Amino acid sequence: MAMVQPRSTKYRVLASHIGMLCFIALILFPLLMVISISFRSGNFATGSLLPEVPSLEHWSLALGIPYTDDAGNVTQPPFPVLLWLWNSIKIAVVSSILILALSTTSAYAFARMRFAGKGFVLKSMLIFQMFPPVLSLVALYALFDQIGNHVSWLGLNTHGAVIVASLGGMALHIWTIKGYFDSIDRSLEEAAIVDGATTWQAFRYILLPLSVPILMVVFILAFIMTIMEYPMASILLVDTDKLTLAVGAQQYLYEQNYLWGDFAAAAVLSGLPITLVFLYCQKWIVGGLTAGGVKG
Amino acid sequence: MLTDTLTYPRAENRAFMTRSILKWSALAITVSMALYLIFALYAQQAFVFAMLFLVLTASAVFVFVNKRMYAHRYIFPAIAGMTLFVIFPLMYTVGIGFTNYSASNLLSFERVQNNLMGRTFQSESVRYGYSLYDTDKGYVIYLEGKHQNLMSPPFSLEGDEVQPVPVLPAQQTPSGEPLQIRDIIKHRSALNELKLSTEDGRELSMASLRDFAAIQSLYAVSENDTLTNNRTGVTYFPNHDEGFYESADGDRLVPGWTVSAGWDNYTKVITDPTISGPFLQIFIWTLVFAVCTVIFTLILGLLLANLLQWDQIRGKGFYRTMLILPYAVPAFISILVFKGLFNQNFGEINLVLENLFGIRPDWFSDPALARTMILIVNTWLGYPYMMLLSMGLLQSIPKDLYEASAMDGAGPINNLMNITFPLIIKPLAPLLIASFAFNFNNFVLIALLTGGAPDILGASTPAGTTDLLVSYTYRIAFQDSGQNFGLAAAIATVIFLVVGALSLINLKLSKIKV
Repeated sequence: MAMVQPRSTKYRVLASHIGMLCFIALILFPLLMVISISFRSGNFATGSLLPEVPSLEHWSLALGIPYTDDAGNVTQPPFPVLLWLWNSIKIAVVSSILILALSTTSAYAFARMRFAGKGFVLKSMLIFQMFPPVLSLVALYALFDQIGNHVSWLGLNTHGAVIVASLGGMALHIWTIKGYFDSIDRSLEEAAIVDGATTWQAFRYILLPLSVPILMVVFILAFIMTIMEYPMASILLVDTDKLTLAVGAQQYLYEQNYLWGDFAAAAVLSGLPITLVFLYCQKWIVGGLTAGGVKG
Repeated sequence: MLTDTLTYPRAENRAFMTRSILKWSALAITVSMALYLIFALYAQQAFVFAMLFLVLTASAVFVFVNKRMYAHRYIFPAIAGMTLFVIFPLMYTVGIGFTNYSASNLLSFERVQNNLMGRTFQSESVRYGYSLYDTDKGYVIYLEGKHQNLMSPPFSLEGDEVQPVPVLPAQQTPSGEPLQIRDIIKHRSALNELKLSTEDGRELSMASLRDFAAIQSLYAVSENDTLTNNRTGVTYFPNHDEGFYESADGDRLVPGWTVSAGWDNYTKVITDPTISGPFLQIFIWTLVFAVCTVIFTLILGLLLANLLQWDQIRGKGFYRTMLILPYAVPAFISILVFKGLFNQNFGEINLVLENLFGIRPDWFSDPALARTMILIVNTWLGYPYMMLLSMGLLQSIPKDLYEASAMDGAGPINNLMNITFPLIIKPLAPLLIASFAFNFNNFVLIALLTGGAPDILGASTPAGTTDLLVSYTYRIAFQDSGQNFGLAAAIATVIFLVVGALSLINLKLSKIKV
C-alpha cells in the first residue's frame, strides 16, 4: 500500500491489539460466567471461572430430567424450558412465514405498480413502525379479549393471538424487500408480460426466484424479532405451559425464588442456538438491519 | 405453461370458470365469517370493535371485487394488519386517555346497573325457623313463620340441583324426628346452596343454621335511573361526570362505569404533585438515559469500527465476531444474566469487587447505582449495532483523503475530527435518531433488569427511579391494584407525540424517496 506510515505505527498496532483483547475479555466476562455457573452445583454457589467440581445438575433440570444428587434427593425441573423454547420456535416460524408472504406481495406492488396513495402509505408505514407496541397494550388486550369471545383460537392466552399480533410489525420488512426489488431490472418481467404472462405470473416465476437471498434475510430477521418479542407476549399469554421463552425465562430470578444456577443452564441451552443462527447469518442480517435502522 | 393457455382457449375458459367460482366462494365464506363476528360484537355492545371490523371487511370486499383496485389487492393484507394492530390500538389508546377507564370503571353504564340490580340481601322481616326431616323418600324441610308454616315435598341434598324447591303452607309437622343441629351442620354446604320458592313467588335461602330468610333485591331502580337501597332506604343518583352511583352524602357504589373525563388525566399529570413529581423525574431520566446510551454506544462503536477498518490490524474476522457477540445473544437472556451478575449478595460482579476493593455496592436499591448499572448494561447491549453501522459508513469514505492528510502529517485525532466525522454524520443522523427513539422506549431492558426499582417515595401510582416513561405507563396500566388505564393512556399519548415528532424529523433528514 502506498500509504505513508509514521514510525510510531508498530507501537500503535500493538496497543490496539492489547486494548481490543482486554475489551473483548471484559465484554465476554458475563457470557463466560453464565456458562461456568451452569456447571456449578446449587443455586448460590460461588467459585472460580473453571468449576472445580463440575456438576450436571442444572443441565439435567433444564433438559426436563429430574436430578438425583449423591444423597438420593430428587429435584424436579422448576420450569418447562424445552416447552417454552418449542412455543417460541413455533410462534416465530408461523409468524415469520406469514410476515414473509404478506410483505413480499406488498413490496412487489410498491416496487412495480402505480396506484393512488403509494407514497403516502409508504411514508406513513415508516412513521408508524416507530411507535412501540408497549404503549398500546391496553388497546391490544381489549382487542384480543373481544375477538376471543367469538373466535376462541385468537383470544387471550392463545398462541394464535401472539402470531397475529406480530403482523403489525411488517412495515420494516416491506421496506427491506422493496429496496431489493427496486434494484432488480424490470425488463425481464416486462418481457414476460409482452409474451402473455399475467402480472401475478411475472411476479411468481420471474421476480421471486431472483429474490431468494433477501427473502432469506427477511425470514431470519422476522424469526429473531418474534423470538425476542417480550411485551406483547407477556400480556397476551398467562398459563405457564403456554409462555414463550422470552416471557418465561424471567421467572427464574424472582426474589422469593432465586434459581440462579438453573437459570444459567436454561439460558445457555436456549440462547446458544439463537446466537449461533445469528452469527452464521450475520453478513445478511447486518445488511437488512442497517437498511431498516432499528433493532427489535 | 404460458403457451398452453394461448393455444387451448377452451381449456383456458374452463380454468377461468373454476377459478372465478373458487374466488367468489372464498370471498363469500370470508365475508360471512366476518359478518358473524361483526354482529356478535355489535350484540355485545362492543361498538368500536364492530365498527373496526366492519370497515376492514368493507374495504376488503371493495378492493378484491373492484377490477381497478388490482394493485391494492397486493398491499391490502399488510395495510389491514398494520391498521388492526398498530393504528387502531394507537387511536384507541389516545381515546382511552380522555376517559376514566380503570379497574373500578371498567364497564358500561348498562352493565354496571345490571350488576348492581343483581345484588341481593336476606330480609330481616321475612324469616322462618326451620327443621330438617330425613324421611324414606328424601329430606323434607319444615319452616315455622310468624303468620304461617311451610313444608316442602321430599327432595335430595346430594344432587347439585339449581331448581328451587317449592314450599307450600302446612298444617302440621312432618312425621318423625327433626335432625339434630350437628347433623344439620354436616349438610351445611348443601343447605347453603338450597333455594326454596313460596307460592307468592318469593325465594328463600339459608340465613343461619336455624333460619331461612327471603331473598330480596338490594337495589330498586326508578324511572330516572336512581337506585334505592331496599335495606337502608338510601337513594343513589347516577353521576355521569364521575361515572359512579352516589348518595346525597357522597357515598359511592362500586363498580362505576366508564365516562369521558375530558382533559382530567392530562391536568392530573401537571397539577397533582403525587403524579407530576414522579412524571417529571421519570421524563428527565428517560431523556438522560436515551442521550447517554446513544453517545456511549456511538463513541465505543466508532472507536472499534475505526480499529477494525485499519489495515495494519490482523485477525479482523476474529475480532469482529467476538465484538458482535453481545448483539447475537438474545437480549432477554443477556439482560437477565446481568440481573443475576449484579445481584447484591450472590452476584459475581460484587464478588469480584469485594475481592479487589472490598466494596459491595447496592446495585438495585441505590438510585444512582441502579441508573449506572442500566447504562453499563445498555452500552454493552448496544455498541455492536453502532459499530456495524459505522463500519458500513467508514467504507464509503474515499481512502485518498486519509492519504492526503497523512502527507500533511495529521494524526488519528485530526483524521477523526476533520475527515471521518464530518463525512459520516449526515448519513448517521437518522440512524442516531432512530436509536434515540428506540432507547427512549426501551421497555424490555427496564422490565427485565430492575422493573423500575427502587421506588420513588410519595408517588400515588407505581413509579420507580429507573423507570422510563414506557415502563412507567406499563406499570400504571398493568401493575398492582391501580390499573388506571385512563392515566396510562394519557401518558402514552404524550410519548406518541414525542415519537411522532422524532420520526417526522427522521423522515426529513433521511430524504427518503418513494
